[in-house]
Amino acid sequence: MTQYVIRRLLIAVPSLLGISVILFTVLALAPGDPFEELATNPAIPPEVRLQLRASLGLDDPIHIRYFAWLTAMLRGEWGYSFVSRIDVDRLILQRLPITLIIIGSSQVVALLIALPVGVLAATRPYSLFDKIANTLAFVGFSLPTFFTGLLFILFFSIYLDWLPFVYRTQIDATGWRWFWEHVKQSIMPVLVLGLFQGAAWTRFVRSAVLDVIRLDYVTTARSKGLPERTVITRHVVRNALIPVVTLVALQMPVVFGGAIVTEQIFRVPGIGSLLISAILSNDTPVIMAVTFVFACLVVFFNLLADVIYGWLDPRISYR
Amino acid sequence: MNEQDLWRLMRRVRDGKMSRRAFAHRMAAFGITAPMATQILAFAGVSPASAQSVPAYKPTRAGGGGHLKILYWQASTLLNPHFAVGTTNQDASRVFYEPLAGWAADGTLVPILAAEIPSIENKGLAEDGRSVTWKLKRNVKWHDGQQFSADDVIFNYEYAKNPQIAGTTSGSYREVNVVKLDDFTVRVEFERPTPFWADAFVGAVGMMIPKHLFKDYAGANAREAPANLRPVGTGAYRFASFAPGDMLRGERNPNYHLENRPFFDSMEIKGGGDAVSAARAVLQTGDYDYAWNLQVEDQTLQRLEAAGRGKVNIVEGGSVEFIQLNATDPHREVDGERSHISTQHPAFRDPAVRQAMALLVDRQSIQNFIYGRTGPATPNFLNAPPRFRSPNMKMEFSVERANQILDQAGWARGSDGIRQKDGVRLKFLYQTSINAPRQRTQQIVQQAARRAGIEIELKSVVASVFFSSDVANPDTYGKFYADMQMYTTTMPQADPQRFMNQYTSWEVSQKANSWQGRNIVRWRSDEYDRAYREAEGELDPVKRAALFIRMNDLIVGSNHIIPIVQRPLVSASLNNLRPVLSGWDTTMWLLRDWYRET
Repeated sequence: MTQYVIRRLLIAVPSLLGISVILFTVLALAPGDPFEELATNPAIPPEVRLQLRASLGLDDPIHIRYFAWLTAMLRGEWGYSFVSRIDVDRLILQRLPITLIIIGSSQVVALLIALPVGVLAATRPYSLFDKIANTLAFVGFSLPTFFTGLLFILFFSIYLDWLPFVYRTQIDATGWRWFWEHVKQSIMPVLVLGLFQGAAWTRFVRSAVLDVIRLDYVTTARSKGLPERTVITRHVVRNALIPVVTLVALQMPVVFGGAIVTEQIFRVPGIGSLLISAILSNDTPVIMAVTFVFACLVVFFNLLADVIYGWLDPRISYR
Repeated sequence: MNEQDLWRLMRRVRDGKMSRRAFAHRMAAFGITAPMATQILAFAGVSPASAQSVPAYKPTRAGGGGHLKILYWQASTLLNPHFAVGTTNQDASRVFYEPLAGWAADGTLVPILAAEIPSIENKGLAEDGRSVTWKLKRNVKWHDGQQFSADDVIFNYEYAKNPQIAGTTSGSYREVNVVKLDDFTVRVEFERPTPFWADAFVGAVGMMIPKHLFKDYAGANAREAPANLRPVGTGAYRFASFAPGDMLRGERNPNYHLENRPFFDSMEIKGGGDAVSAARAVLQTGDYDYAWNLQVEDQTLQRLEAAGRGKVNIVEGGSVEFIQLNATDPHREVDGERSHISTQHPAFRDPAVRQAMALLVDRQSIQNFIYGRTGPATPNFLNAPPRFRSPNMKMEFSVERANQILDQAGWARGSDGIRQKDGVRLKFLYQTSINAPRQRTQQIVQQAARRAGIEIELKSVVASVFFSSDVANPDTYGKFYADMQMYTTTMPQADPQRFMNQYTSWEVSQKANSWQGRNIVRWRSDEYDRAYREAEGELDPVKRAALFIRMNDLIVGSNHIIPIVQRPLVSASLNNLRPVLSGWDTTMWLLRDWYRET
């Protein structure tokens, strides 16, 4: 087991290097210039832009820039934002808590919807409940988040005037009021993401449970005279959840990556909105750092999913 | 009226025998606009009534105004004015830092850290135009309690022009010399007589950072200064907190150097999102007090305004959306460079074709159906301040006349309906950046041109590419590898000198200057060059304005550029908020005077 984990980690190193090379090259080849606004402003002499480019190393050949980036990364320096003129890790750390709270709670909401609904629907297939749940799930994941987001804003903020649609990190209040204000402004982004994710997961849980519920050992358990409740929770759900756990583990990097569109719509200052604004302003070090962290997380959670999978299902062996 | 009459009138105003208004009326009779009359009076030693430039400030005590919430759809990312790239960062820095003077909406100067605006009669301006002396206010303290003095001003000058720092403000400081006369007086010296003296230390480039906090970071280590993210300035609000790319907060500076200001106890600028929802947050839900730069279709704005909570503010500036007709040949390569300055455009070298093109741009419809209040049609390239606006240019839309002119010039329609002459077909590539109103404008021009036997192929490029300085990319506006292109050029100051260098022959954009030159249309005229050189040294404001009007008429009259619409600044504010805005300075230029009516 330990050997397996070590081997997987060693394999991860070249793949991460490969990912970083690809990211770096794509970003370097992509058109655009972080100082594009300087170009259209007649008050700023072009030399300033050239100087800035030179001082930030933008004029060096691409391989030199890549190795400079790589050695800095190995030393733990994540780079320096062209646009904010501060270190990238500070930018990311500033955004991380909000992303974790918003996206994290949306995933919790999604699980809270998907598990009971999915299991219940699978135990009574083609019942009225199953049909309604199915329809809603289809509606849920066929509506993109940017659409539901705007719909929510129009209905809850503008028509009903209940919820604010601009997310503010700092709220001038203490105690319960502070908490309530935060909850109020988080409801819409969390629900938009949670409902979308929950709809997809509901379908997945349902089919996973349906796969298991037909197996012979479930029939055996029932014929033993076990109450239906025990059959479902002990025998069916436990086994059916193995693929679900993998899926959720693989979703975890998304939690860190934020939800770009939703964060943009509700002005949530998370990692996703950091990434999109960095892309729009060609702030390469930030794009590079965020995407690279993302790549690391994907690799790590893949490994974690494999390990958990084996732990849940002893039939799987590591070789 | 000759010069002597003018001087006699001006003396009468100075001696109080004639009112300023009567003077302005007399001038108007001779076709001289009111701002120009004011300028003439200023030259004669009659100071303009500066109170007119800025609306009256009503609150009678500082503070007590609660919290001011401002929404930007583009978030500020840094707070050092000398690093500020783009207006959002300049605006954010301006909350805390102040210049010696700012530009009001009518293009006049308002003193901020200066005790008075230099003029000939207060001996601030040298008669030969080679220096300007600024007297500083004596009661100004930095937010940490230190005294603001001439040393800070000198420090900012040295900081801005230091090439190691690569400050975006450096252009305003490199060619001047600044000396300290005493603790509260500095003199800016110019190599040549300089009519436009109000550049260094004024407006967006003039914000003062404190010497005592930045002096150890005035070199290659400039970016390590802690004060880059924790500004200590002299402004009406002092720093509370900042999250780059998200939110900026300030609180009332209790020791502000002007009494009864500011009105609000605290303020915030929230960034991010999109322009339409920013407009909603002010006009429809009233969650925010002010929303910046609403590049939103006018119809949408009008619908949101109907909610009655807020109003749209439209402030005139110098930005203009215009079409360029390439003077060089974009289809022929010379020394590895297309649109080479040694070539001539095969069709646009014929003035008849250019004139026809100008007749085919239906500016009035573009205003009516696309831009609305946010883009008034204009025949001029140089539109503001009003004293520089030419009365000579006309806009006309007439397909018939265009056809007539082309027929006369010998451009005959071929079998496919496209005109041609000597093997040159009137088929043009028309490029611009991706932006809904621009694509709609392209279509309007394309349709009109088709009716005149001109085929136009449309091309739109992503804005981040189109406006980039990427030397390797053929689609940048600087390279102009197309027959026609369209974009908005901005005018950062109330003086047109820097704005009008876009058509001087030494600014031609080409490979030798990595396509950084500002004359992108590559039009050249000795007469224009001469007028520009003359304006650079002309101290008489009336003659100087006439020179700029002449330059506008030369370039617009050549039809190598076709102005379309002006682009004023559009923002939204709640009905009870009284923001003081200006198209010639940053949005926050007079934040100290903002208040809420109760």
